[in-house]
Amino acid sequence: MVVGLEFWTLARPELFLAAAAMLLLIYGVVRGEVATPFISVATSVVLLVTAVLLFAPYREGMAFASLFIVDRLTATMKAMVLIGAAVAVLMSRSYFEQAKAWRFEYPVLVALATLGMMLMISANDLMSLYVGLELQSLALYVIAAFQRDSVRSTEAGVKYFVLGSVASGMLLFGASLIYGFCGGTAFVQISQALLDGKAAEFGVVVGLVFVVAGLAFKVSAVPFHMWTPDVYEGAPTPVTALFAVAPKIAAISLMVSVLMGPFKPLFPQWQQIIVVAAVLSMALGAFAALRQQNIKRLMAYSSIGNVGYVLLGLASGSEKGIQSIVFYLAIYLVMTLGVFATILMMKRRGVMVESVSDLAGLAKSQPMMAFAMLLFMFSLAGIPPLAGFWGKLYIFIAAVEANLYIPAVLGVLASVVASYYYLRIVKVMYFDEATEELDSTPFGVYRTVAFVSAILVTLFSLAPQPLSLIAASAAKGLFQ
Amino acid sequence: MSSWPILSLVTFLPLVGALFCLVVNGPKEAVDRNCRSAALLTSLATFLVSLVLWVRFDPTKASFQFEEKLDWVPALSIGYHVGIDGISLFFVLLSTLLTPICILASWESVKVRVKEYMIAFLVLETFMVGMFCALDLALFYVFFEGVLIPMFLIIGVWGGKRRVYAAFKFFLYTLLGSVLMLRAIIAVYWQVGTTDLLTAMEKLDLPFTWQCWLWLAFFASFAVKVPMWPVHTWLPDAHVEAPTAGSVILAGVLLKMGGYGFLRFSRPLVPEASQYFAPLVFGLSIVAVIYTSLVALVQEDMKKLIAYSSVAHMGFVTIGAFIMNMQSVQGSIFQMLSHGIVSAALFLCVGVVYDRMHTREIAAYGGLVHRMPRYAFTFMFFTLASVGLPGLSGFVGEFLVLVGTFKANTWVAFLATTGIILGAAYALWLYRKIVFGELTKDSLKAILDMNRREIAVFLPLVLITLWMGIYPSSFLDPMAPSVDKLIGDYQAALKLARTAALVP
Repeated sequence: MVVGLEFWTLARPELFLAAAAMLLLIYGVVRGEVATPFISVATSVVLLVTAVLLFAPYREGMAFASLFIVDRLTATMKAMVLIGAAVAVLMSRSYFEQAKAWRFEYPVLVALATLGMMLMISANDLMSLYVGLELQSLALYVIAAFQRDSVRSTEAGVKYFVLGSVASGMLLFGASLIYGFCGGTAFVQISQALLDGKAAEFGVVVGLVFVVAGLAFKVSAVPFHMWTPDVYEGAPTPVTALFAVAPKIAAISLMVSVLMGPFKPLFPQWQQIIVVAAVLSMALGAFAALRQQNIKRLMAYSSIGNVGYVLLGLASGSEKGIQSIVFYLAIYLVMTLGVFATILMMKRRGVMVESVSDLAGLAKSQPMMAFAMLLFMFSLAGIPPLAGFWGKLYIFIAAVEANLYIPAVLGVLASVVASYYYLRIVKVMYFDEATEELDSTPFGVYRTVAFVSAILVTLFSLAPQPLSLIAASAAKGLFQ
Repeated sequence: MSSWPILSLVTFLPLVGALFCLVVNGPKEAVDRNCRSAALLTSLATFLVSLVLWVRFDPTKASFQFEEKLDWVPALSIGYHVGIDGISLFFVLLSTLLTPICILASWESVKVRVKEYMIAFLVLETFMVGMFCALDLALFYVFFEGVLIPMFLIIGVWGGKRRVYAAFKFFLYTLLGSVLMLRAIIAVYWQVGTTDLLTAMEKLDLPFTWQCWLWLAFFASFAVKVPMWPVHTWLPDAHVEAPTAGSVILAGVLLKMGGYGFLRFSRPLVPEASQYFAPLVFGLSIVAVIYTSLVALVQEDMKKLIAYSSVAHMGFVTIGAFIMNMQSVQGSIFQMLSHGIVSAALFLCVGVVYDRMHTREIAAYGGLVHRMPRYAFTFMFFTLASVGLPGLSGFVGEFLVLVGTFKANTWVAFLATTGIILGAAYALWLYRKIVFGELTKDSLKAILDMNRREIAVFLPLVLITLWMGIYPSSFLDPMAPSVDKLIGDYQAALKLARTAALVP
């Protein structure tokens, strides 16, 4: 193969997605609004095809002068992001159609954001990291405010934009410090400089703290979580579903590859930060959600708590820790998509409702929907034999093996507190009487997604092995 | 030994019925009827299959029988490993026996959401049986915790007035204990590299401080389940608010999970710590026996009284489980089985009058013997069994525990015996208030005696209570080799620790 052209094969999924997104954009501009249905379906298909391209054929290596890296870990993470984004696009249509805000730009923006996420995941240099991150963020800011005539949606968009810019600024500032002290932006250079004794320099540690803070904002870990509840609540529900999965998985993957890659020599330093962030996230995710009335807001706190568990896996800094993260995220993806599909079905006389009390008596009016939600809630609470339990178990095993006893104990205790609000939803659905029934949803995307997720969550215990193998092979990518 | 996976069959057969109930459709009456029959049939079938276990069980062997071992999550060395020995055999039978009885007992009293109710019970049965068969710590935990989901729904959906409070209290209390046990399981896994119980029993060798932490973590979970004083407060609430069948399962099987856990996990895995903490267990158990008996004396609610009596009776179980001689361990197991039958029957007795009068207040009854002779007889029978009348099952367990305890510690035995006296006091007082006296209350004048369905519910329990009381050997003999091995291993471990301590 001609040297310098390996990107044709290595970056084929990204190139395909970029080309497809632009073609769809052109098509939309030429045809106008009539093209929207086609573009939305096409985008989902494109995203799924991209996911296939990741593995057929699978090749690893570096491209674009080492700015870009492909290994098992990045490929697995990208696959999860793509699946999450594809399902989120599918779930958007009927919501936006009803809100009379269904425009062809939306799926295209999601595709571009996803492209940014893929670049982030594959970043092997602080420059490509930042470019990917910004491509993702800019597209997402627009999507959050996509329902233009809704005050809440635009507010969410602005909030996300302002706070996100602050985080990007911090990240850039940290990156510049690191560049200054290590003499390069490539991960290899940084890693080498740290091994050569730069690790002791104060400036590097300060730079690391800023980078971690910027990344913590993106994964919405405490204490950089403040934007999450507002944005989750304000953004249109399908967009919230997207936020809860794709960018989160991408940002976690980025955090893993940055901290476990170039900054591995500084492990003792960043471990402290991550442990504190993990424990605080688990605790806040558990306690702050107790009194939430809005189910989207509740899910925001739930996602903060979930990020806490993931960070606990990261803090163990071991191969098993990374395995547990991949394992956990895959389960989290399925549960979250299922929950949001159910939330999207919550309508009363054609109007979306999103308060927890609106679910009252659901078990009588729509037993299947309530049953699916019950499974998701118990799974999120980590009760076996549902899938969520295995994710938590894996994380705790990794944490204990890394001698993180106290954080692991705090983690299980936080999960008990968190189980209270998950149970509260079950209680509202099953124990309370309905004031007014919710509309029943005709068969369609929402029901399919909820059904498939529920099946996966329930039957996961039958065969946890395949996923643990995937997680194991993914984690190997980082430890070769 | 056959290759037929009979234990898995017993465990998962109820799920077939649950699946049927899930898919059955049609007009409400038909669905309810079909679900009831399907649930009864599957649970009866499960019971019959579990009888095969007993028949083919080799009572001379101490090791685990009907073992099945499959890889489950090799990446974490978690296996699907099940098997039963003399100790778990009868708990499996107890679970499979009580489930059809519960379903029969709720035949008429449960009118809303029958389908969901039956599904919950069948799923619950799977978890209970699986838990007693599990020989892998992770598998055990999955079943142990899984029980919470159906039980939460049973209390919360079909319970009484304060059911939401009771359901939450039950769930959170138990969950808090369980997650600490999960932490202990992970520690065991970290030490021996697998969650397989038999391997862990062989290989686990921890410094004493670690043993203590582990023991406390297991204790947190099992003590809540038993429940021991002072973490028993969820039990009266849960019992009072649960539907009759829910109380039956709670008292009959779920409480046994704690005692079983002590014998199966705490004792063999961390023997030195078990020895070290035994006085703590005795202290708490004696408080439970005396204090909760006194509390039971002043209750106004029938179910609450029986719930407190459960705590007192389980006090004997925990004493027996932590005294290491043949009599007390056997007595402790026997007491659990007997309590499983007798207290289940007592809750069913309450259910009979509750279905008719819709109140559980003791003051609302009196003189029932005039209208309900059959009921009076049944209630008397089980009251006496609970008190420990020789010839009935309650006597054997209490007697064995006390004999064993007396050998080891006279004071513990003495204090525990006062519990028996108090037990007779509150049980007979309850009986007198409800059944004897003049029938003066107008609301009771038209009350009907037990019908055939109710007799069918009680008959097997009466027979088993008699059998256990008159010829306890059928139950004690199969468990003897396993108990013997348990004690032998335990003493060997202690001896080893003592010699190790002597070597400088």
